[in-house]
Amino acid sequence: MSALLELQSVSVSIGKVALLDGIGLAVERGQILGLVGESGSGKSLTAMAAMGLLSLIGGRVTAGVVRFDGQDMAAMTEVQRRKLRGRRIGFVTQNPMTALDPVQRIGEQVDIVSRLHLGLSRADARARTLHLLTQLRIPEAATVAEAWPHQLSGGMKQRIVIAMALAGDPDLIIADEPTTALDVTVQAQIIQILGNLVRDRGVSLLLITHDMSVVAQVCDRVAVLYAGRVAEEGPVSPIFAAPAHPYTAALIGCIPQEGMAKGSLAGIPGAVPSAMTFPAGCRFHPRCPRASAACCASQPPILPRGEGRVACHHPEVAA
Amino acid sequence: MLPWLIKRILMLVPVFLAVSVVIFSILHFIPGDPIDNLLKIGSSPEARAEMEARYGLDRSLPVQYGIWLSNVLQGDLGTAIVARRPVADLIAQALPHSLRLGGLALLFSTVVGVTLGVVAALSRDRWSDRAIMGGVLVGSTMPSFWLGLILILVFSVSLGWFPVSGARGWQSLVLPVLTIGLGGTALVARITRVSMIEASGRDFVTLLHAKGLSPLRIQLRHVLRHALIPVVTILALRIGWILGGAVTVEVVFARPGLGTLLIKSLAQHDYPVVQACLLMLAMAVMLGTLMGDILQALMDPRVRAAMT
Amino acid sequence: MIAPLRAFRHPQGGLAGCWLILVIAAALAAPLLTPYAYDVQNLPQAYQPASARHWLGTDEFGRDLLTRLIYGARTSLSVSATAISISVLCGMVLGAAAAWFGGWLDRAVTMVVDLSWSFPEILIALILVAIIGPGTTGVMIAIAVAYIAQFTRLTRAQIMMLKGETFIEAARSLGAGNAHILFRHLLPNALAPVLVSAMLATGDAIILEATLGFFGLGAQPPVPSWGGMMSAGSALVFKAPWVIVFPGLAVAVTVVAINLYGDALITELDIRSRLRREA
Repeated sequence: MSALLELQSVSVSIGKVALLDGIGLAVERGQILGLVGESGSGKSLTAMAAMGLLSLIGGRVTAGVVRFDGQDMAAMTEVQRRKLRGRRIGFVTQNPMTALDPVQRIGEQVDIVSRLHLGLSRADARARTLHLLTQLRIPEAATVAEAWPHQLSGGMKQRIVIAMALAGDPDLIIADEPTTALDVTVQAQIIQILGNLVRDRGVSLLLITHDMSVVAQVCDRVAVLYAGRVAEEGPVSPIFAAPAHPYTAALIGCIPQEGMAKGSLAGIPGAVPSAMTFPAGCRFHPRCPRASAACCASQPPILPRGEGRVACHHPEVAA
Repeated sequence: MLPWLIKRILMLVPVFLAVSVVIFSILHFIPGDPIDNLLKIGSSPEARAEMEARYGLDRSLPVQYGIWLSNVLQGDLGTAIVARRPVADLIAQALPHSLRLGGLALLFSTVVGVTLGVVAALSRDRWSDRAIMGGVLVGSTMPSFWLGLILILVFSVSLGWFPVSGARGWQSLVLPVLTIGLGGTALVARITRVSMIEASGRDFVTLLHAKGLSPLRIQLRHVLRHALIPVVTILALRIGWILGGAVTVEVVFARPGLGTLLIKSLAQHDYPVVQACLLMLAMAVMLGTLMGDILQALMDPRVRAAMT
Repeated sequence: MIAPLRAFRHPQGGLAGCWLILVIAAALAAPLLTPYAYDVQNLPQAYQPASARHWLGTDEFGRDLLTRLIYGARTSLSVSATAISISVLCGMVLGAAAAWFGGWLDRAVTMVVDLSWSFPEILIALILVAIIGPGTTGVMIAIAVAYIAQFTRLTRAQIMMLKGETFIEAARSLGAGNAHILFRHLLPNALAPVLVSAMLATGDAIILEATLGFFGLGAQPPVPSWGGMMSAGSALVFKAPWVIVFPGLAVAVTVVAINLYGDALITELDIRSRLRREA
């Protein structure tokens, strides 16, 4: 059986600026794929492409295919895509503080999904909402459903957003940095909730994050994105044990280890280049410790390596 | 909400006092003595003093202000010097005409302006957007008295559909309402369009799309609700503006109303009437801001939360 | 290339800019452009429609309408522009002082500005003209005062925004004094938005000047102004509508041109976000 969500060498542009270049990744059924990268690497854009919502930000797919459950999303009508969103693909946004409509009660915002996609009556939709909120361990669900968004904390709002994503009983959830805007203690709870969803409901999850420790905690596979290209992709444990791409290695090096003195994070010097100034050759070469003449000259192809793939001219593991 | 409302109304008291001082004192800088208009040429100084005493013009300014304010608060707006009738009567005659005209113009600008703004925002950067915004720009740059005259030229003189002037029947209201309303429509359409476009870019709208709602429903049920909040705020602040438009338009169409009364009294240096007209306009402005605040609170739960 | 020139590259901005240059040039060169005098009455020639001799026809006193329109541009443009300049100067001083010194000064200025902002400019101007007396000077002062609130508000907002920026903090930490920071750093940076909105306000002022002129309060006859030319009002609509139509068109087209050119300028200067809230 094919993967639930599959991106085959997808390129995306906004206006004339090419932002994603030949992205290939797949979310298998019942699995969690972690999509990692610094800000500006194109993670959120990948999520929008997978949702078929690029037009909202003025972007479009210039090459490649996005398949959901074997179907080419570009071949669907807009109405068909709309029936996927909310029904089969749930979406959890980055910032729960701004994700809810501030002038609509919480309950109604969750209800609408099951009313629209599952054809439930108002009363049934509300019952389902309350059930979901309770499952997400929201205390006094009935009171919360009548509340306004500004009355809830960030962590609570993110649970509401997750409830909205679940209300249509989806097969896939795309979570775009679901914990970035939250307190550290709440972060762990939200990640745990998302992890449990996959285990308990058989939902698949595309988890976008910049935090490798989250990936290590919950993901089955990981795809590392750098400047609009996939640098490395594969199952989590081998990659963490022996990252082939220097960028992956550097990201893993950023995870604070126990017993490590504070402030000794191995940060990566430099920053992700903007799409206007992508360097020629391997886009990571200006920041790469292993850069050679070949890296400046030509773009490394993405090649199979073990159970995964890597795009690097020098994929040997650094000592 | 009630304690907030009471507090909000109490806050209008100092504003009212400030405005009343300004209105009262400004009028006393106006050159030209109304008494001159009343006296026969060659009247004796005694007759003049007697006349001044009758209208209270011989006391010191603060005393005159105190007397005037306490009278005003009791509903006594004084006696018109030229018309020699209670000012309250003149106002009572004029006010309903102005309220009807201003109210209808406000309604017209809101309904038409919001509709045009929504259509323009939905068809952003397409020809319908350009056409609407072009029309709006032209509409907002025509002096209202000229627009009134042109409407008279087309619809009264050439087509004969509506009367040229006066205030008899609903037909006589159409052109004045259009004249004032078109200026307001331009303002409302522009704000509606900008705030719709701005609201469409907010995070929560992305999530509404991700929930699979139809774009039209998102625009009309969610985005428009947000866009209307600034529209209401600015419209409420600009009530005075619409009434200001009414002043010129009443004169153009020779309609009775506060504007005609104000212009006439200004020309005749009839202080008490001018003061009363300005006071009425000021009260309308203050009520407008109050209404705006209340509407905003009704539309936005965050504002309600901040009120307690 | 500087922004005012670059604005000409926008199709609408360029067209609008050309119209404005044309109007200003015509106003300056008025006596060279027309064989007629603006004030000599010629009653047998009254109420003539457009013809080869009188391109836009004649008015109720038989004077050439185009001539009066061109001379009227002198009055209308100079009164509006001067009034707005006065307004901008006073508004910038008040707004900068309020924002910079804060405290009771700021509160007082803000209150007065808020109060007068909710009153229509036409009312403020009408009352002031009544105090000062009709004529170009009265109208000029009335318009200037009516628009002070707008520029005070805008300058104050700009300075408040700039106050928090790092380069101001830096200048202050280098020991720069109040006056130095205010005149060398804050005001120059606040200038572009204020000047552009001054230009847009000049358009509004032209309308206001025309309205006062229509009430017979502006330039006194026989000196023509666009508003004054229409003061005969609805009486003429029956007899000689062109006397009303053309001056109004001149106002409308010029104000549209100012807005379009101003819009192109805003795009070129990239200050749209800083002019928000000035709906």
